[in-house]
Amino acid sequence: MAVELSKVDSIIEKYGQGNRGLIPSLLDIQNEYHYLPPDALKRVAERMNIPMIRVYQVASFYKAFSLEPRGKHIITVCLGTACHVRGGEFIVDQIGRLLAINPGQTSKDMQFTLEAVNCLGCCSLGPVMVIDGKYYGNMAISKVERVLKNYKEGEVVADD
Amino acid sequence: MTENKTTTNLELDKLREVILADRDPSTPSIMVCGGTGCLALASDEVAAALEKAIIEQNVEAKVELKTTGCPGFCEQGPIVVVHPQRIFYTRVKPKDASEIVSKTIVNGEVVDRLLYVDPLTDQKIVLETEVPFYKEQKRILLKNSGLIDPRKIEDYLAVGGYKALQKALFEMTPEQIIEEVKMSNLRGRGGAGFPTGVKWELCRKATGEPKYIICNADEGDPGAFQDRGLIEGNPHSLLEGMIIGAYAIGANQGYVYIRNEYPQAVQLIRLAAQQAREFGLLGENILGSGFNFDVVIQLGAGAFVCGEETALIASIEGRVGEPRARPPYPAQSGLWGQPTNINNVKTWVWVPHIINNGADWFTQMGTEKSKGTTIFSIVGKIKNTGLVEVPMGISLRDLIEHIGGGASDEKKKLKAVQTGGPSGGCIPESLWHLPVDYDSLREAGSMMGSGGMIVTDESTCMVDMARYFLNFSKYESCGKCSACREGVKRMYEIVDYITRGYGQEGDIELLDQIGQAVKTGSLCGLGQTAPNPVLTTIRYFREEYEAHIKEKRCPAGVCKELITFYILAEKCPGCGVCARFCADNAISGEKGLPYTIDTDKCARCGVCREVCKFDAVLVK
Repeated sequence: MAVELSKVDSIIEKYGQGNRGLIPSLLDIQNEYHYLPPDALKRVAERMNIPMIRVYQVASFYKAFSLEPRGKHIITVCLGTACHVRGGEFIVDQIGRLLAINPGQTSKDMQFTLEAVNCLGCCSLGPVMVIDGKYYGNMAISKVERVLKNYKEGEVVADD
Repeated sequence: MTENKTTTNLELDKLREVILADRDPSTPSIMVCGGTGCLALASDEVAAALEKAIIEQNVEAKVELKTTGCPGFCEQGPIVVVHPQRIFYTRVKPKDASEIVSKTIVNGEVVDRLLYVDPLTDQKIVLETEVPFYKEQKRILLKNSGLIDPRKIEDYLAVGGYKALQKALFEMTPEQIIEEVKMSNLRGRGGAGFPTGVKWELCRKATGEPKYIICNADEGDPGAFQDRGLIEGNPHSLLEGMIIGAYAIGANQGYVYIRNEYPQAVQLIRLAAQQAREFGLLGENILGSGFNFDVVIQLGAGAFVCGEETALIASIEGRVGEPRARPPYPAQSGLWGQPTNINNVKTWVWVPHIINNGADWFTQMGTEKSKGTTIFSIVGKIKNTGLVEVPMGISLRDLIEHIGGGASDEKKKLKAVQTGGPSGGCIPESLWHLPVDYDSLREAGSMMGSGGMIVTDESTCMVDMARYFLNFSKYESCGKCSACREGVKRMYEIVDYITRGYGQEGDIELLDQIGQAVKTGSLCGLGQTAPNPVLTTIRYFREEYEAHIKEKRCPAGVCKELITFYILAEKCPGCGVCARFCADNAISGEKGLPYTIDTDKCARCGVCREVCKFDAVLVK
């Protein structure tokens, strides 16, 4: 994907030079592209006057950042303690089986990225799964396929 | 700016009067919970349906509709409460909206089927105040969550918000404020329990200008969501506490460091800060007092270790979140090398209450050494999960069995409670007489931590639980100290091996040894406490470890490599549902006759047990 650097520029402009704005601008870039494209990181280093090694260090340290392109749909499964004791891991396994990916990976067709996170703070609904910001509470292993199907089918319609 | 801007103390008083005069407490209002929990259950659709119903039934003038923050009883969401009576509706769907409006608002009747049923007595309960979950709590910090719209500063002003700030700025000196907080004996609610007033005084007396204050809202403990609940319910109370603290300490700049994973809370605290600025409560010359203060809302980027204060500071400075050795403490040299005071959300929100009501009022609650109330998120295998506020010193049993309502699955016995997240430990049921305070929990090998409580029952494997937390700490370790980076990893490997049936004699002793080494050899709280979940489960549930190691058996039936799924023929009516769901075609049989599982093909995903309505799928 070609990166439109004007967007990156306007993000950098918001936070100014120096370390202080580094994490906020990387978060914005991550939100914009769903990952941190190498060109964008180079631009950040240049414009904010921070050595590339430092930019990379921060980008690789924090879990909110991804250095790999991610799928069209982001599936986040909560593995906080409450979801864990209610069987969150079974949900991850089931998604993994259906899409042939492990947590942190993206399906070959670039449609789905599976992520496991430690607590989304809605423990009462565990196990919880979130797809593109929509919450699915009280998830069950048997519901996974049906939920995923909606997103897959949505694709077919869009392609037509 | 806006016409609402209040530039003096007197103007704020007047504005509050105008707001109150405009409100009639007897006007019915419908409160829909808009916290993350209820929102995940589509409470926004419920609110939209209610709005539509109000318009359709022409009662706009008679009723007010509000989206509030989290009232805490997430288990029963989406929650709708009708004021002034406080009729309590649970699990409300959009299709219930028109009935709530036509029956309750227009005719004053109760919609029976939406009422909460007390699981202990099977009685329906009409009023929120009568629900046992709320009745046994002492809600001070959470009192206004669910009453006010977190998007409206007017709502907070109407319940007496920012009065403490006025008192602090115009009737007290910074020294008097610090003295009051010291006398209240408020201890840091982030988990460590350091006296807040002492911390403030250290920072005030430290040399160096400017000084900074920080609110730690990087609530990383899995299973804890009090900070989220507080910010989503009442964001202005946090800002008010911080402004008072800044005045007392002599800081003009503050930061709210909040988790990126809480989009709703981020949005609300940003909005609150913007409103406070418009109303002259943040910025230059606050209410004409000559005091300047503003806050920056800084997002975390997903690193648990940033809950540690020196790592948090590094993160705000734009560096990787690695802790550093203390001293110097942040009070001497913190953000940008300047004196800095960091407190947790739950500590800051106490400040307005203590200023309004005095230290004596505060010290009447709680135990000798732990004063006030505290908020827990109580979750896991219990009936009433959610946010609860209780006085310090309540027994674990009262908290879990009375407020929490006991086991969610009555056939299963509750086993232990995990407090303090990855830094804490498991406390077995036999010790639930212990009071909840900083010191008792520490003696039991656990800690208060940030206040997450996860209740487990006999279907939870404690070795698996320990493995889970080690995996968490291994993943979240920043890697700076080798004891933590390598030690936790080795501990994880050993426990993981045990759960997979490769455990050996001597593993338990080895875990204990490494655990002690990791505790001593780590700089920050993460490493110093990471072995706790293992050490406490060994201490209280040694027999489970031994069953895994010696008998290659998981007593709770959780550890995948050690269990086999089978179908109990007497219970299986042969409906075939399990076979339909089985992705591995491991289940076969004839309709009407008991089915069987081919263990060679079975991937132990558990879907058969989940879908079986006859409890015929078992684990051995």
